[in-house]
Amino acid sequence: MDIQVDKVAKAYERFPALHGVSLHIASGELVALLGPSGSGKTTLLRVIAGLESPDSGRVLMGGDDASRLSVQQRHVGFVFQSYALFRNMRVVDNVAFGLRVRPRATRPPRAEIRRRALELLDFVQLTGLDRRYPQQLSGGQRQRVALARALAIEPRVLLLDEPFGALDARVRKELRKWLREIHDRTGHTTVFVTHDQEEALELADRLVVMSQGRIEQIGTPDEIYDHPTSPYVYGFIGESSHVQAERKSGEILVGGRQTGLRTEGADGPVLLYFRPHHVDLSDGEPGLVGTVTAQRRVGGVRRVELAVEGATEKVEIDIPSGFPAAPGSRLTFRPGRWQTYALA
Amino acid sequence: MTQTLAPSLPEASTRGPRRLIPGFGITLGTTVLYLSLIVLIPLAGLFLKAASAPLDEIMAIAQSNRTINALRVSFGSALVAGLVNLVFGLLIAWVLVRYRFPGKRIIDALVDLPFALPTAVAGIALSTLYAPKGWIGGLFSGNSPFWAWWHEQAWLPFGWSTFSPSIKIAFTPSGIVIALIFIGLPFVVRTVQPVLEELEHELEEAAATLGATRLQTIVHVILPRLAPAALTGFALATARAIGEYGSVIFIAGNMPNISEIAPVLIVIRLEEFDQAGAAVVAVLMLILSFLMLLLINLIQSWSRRRFGDA
Repeated sequence: MDIQVDKVAKAYERFPALHGVSLHIASGELVALLGPSGSGKTTLLRVIAGLESPDSGRVLMGGDDASRLSVQQRHVGFVFQSYALFRNMRVVDNVAFGLRVRPRATRPPRAEIRRRALELLDFVQLTGLDRRYPQQLSGGQRQRVALARALAIEPRVLLLDEPFGALDARVRKELRKWLREIHDRTGHTTVFVTHDQEEALELADRLVVMSQGRIEQIGTPDEIYDHPTSPYVYGFIGESSHVQAERKSGEILVGGRQTGLRTEGADGPVLLYFRPHHVDLSDGEPGLVGTVTAQRRVGGVRRVELAVEGATEKVEIDIPSGFPAAPGSRLTFRPGRWQTYALA
Repeated sequence: MTQTLAPSLPEASTRGPRRLIPGFGITLGTTVLYLSLIVLIPLAGLFLKAASAPLDEIMAIAQSNRTINALRVSFGSALVAGLVNLVFGLLIAWVLVRYRFPGKRIIDALVDLPFALPTAVAGIALSTLYAPKGWIGGLFSGNSPFWAWWHEQAWLPFGWSTFSPSIKIAFTPSGIVIALIFIGLPFVVRTVQPVLEELEHELEEAAATLGATRLQTIVHVILPRLAPAALTGFALATARAIGEYGSVIFIAGNMPNISEIAPVLIVIRLEEFDQAGAAVVAVLMLILSFLMLLLINLIQSWSRRRFGDA
């Protein structure tokens, strides 16, 4: 079922949480809402679920206006960051809850409810834990119960709020892979909120990068990573450095010095963005010149902090681990991939 | 260098495993001594006093109609009052935790008043209000300005204007229940309130996304979580009501076998210099109360095991 978010705005007591956000999510897609805390990503997810009502704008599901439907009628599977499991119920009863509270006319018979709950527990790989109480499970297992419970109602869309936020790194990675599998097998339209860009890049078909109640960019992981449309996205996704520069008839100058980088565009001050690992050291050719201020070993490479001549910012670049880079020495480098954004 | 910084290990203790927080011996000793002075020794004396009478006399007192009826009135009305307080205590706690409204602090403070007020004052106030000619009692007994006005409404069909209720509240067992509700009001509210405050909002939201109605959420999700605390409050309110004396004597009427509570019977026996008789009734109360509290405690520990917390 596809989701259409249409100019949704929502303000809390004083500060606005969403400023007229529009977004289309295709049926069967796995989409990540990514942003720092306070960017409005959770609010957007809750508006889609019907847990918050927008001040203006609409949410359409499968072409129908869902704005007037109550949470119960929307029929969405929602997984909470805190899991929100019912600790007074056994695991199997947690999963069966959504079926058990249905009105008599649409409620399956008892045995059928139980069969389906057990089947879902098998599906989320919790076979044999049906008689436990939630507090007798580990964090990762609780997360699976929460997901099984949401899937039990055969939701039209599946929404997850920071699904792996409270788990340790190893379990997180495992569950991430597993969620992808679940999504591919069930084919539910899935939206999840995260502040972890690695998680979003690895898991999602498309990313929605949000900041301060607005959508900064929507795109596939490749598009977002390789072609960020704003300095904000460039800085937020992946590692990046930037320096102030100037564009003069297509030539990028840093501190008045030629860098050998060319780009089309109007003359004027720009910000030059690049990633530390997309950098080549250049001998003799023009490039950015900097003095090493600090260096540390990061995995297979050496990360060097440079004070670039003619710029106030310090940048970070990766160089081969064997390359001499004592503090105080000068390096000339040229970004292999980079992007400029005109300074307003 | 590093060796000199390492702390020297103290001699291994020879007296069993060392505890992180010491003082188990002294705190337990104090607890036992304190409980002995305040609770156990007086109660033991009570048993001794009761046992000073010959056995057949004890049995006669215990099996007399007046004793049995007094105990029945005491425990019956305390249980009814406890149940009423359970229901309304939950409601009050809900309102105080979930809603913001002007005067909330004042209502919150009002809840504790029955603790502070001398119970005799409460008893007198309640019996004045609920007496057949009192403001509230009058409405039920048919003896109030409203009913005087009602009887003049001859235009009403079916002779409705001649209708007059005749329910007595004060000076009957109903009056006892009213007084016991009053003094037991704070318990359920104060035990449930903190648990309700801690209850995650996500639980209700999760239930809603799964399709549960408001009522289903309350019955299946919220109430089970409040149950252990509510049960504690119910036990406290009921226990307090069983022992209540000051407010009840004013409103009960104290008619033997009808509205005479056990504590009143004890006082009457004492005034008759029948100390053994008083002690026997007291011991019976003690045993019944203990059994009841034990039962509630067992239910509680069961529900705690089941729900993981209180």
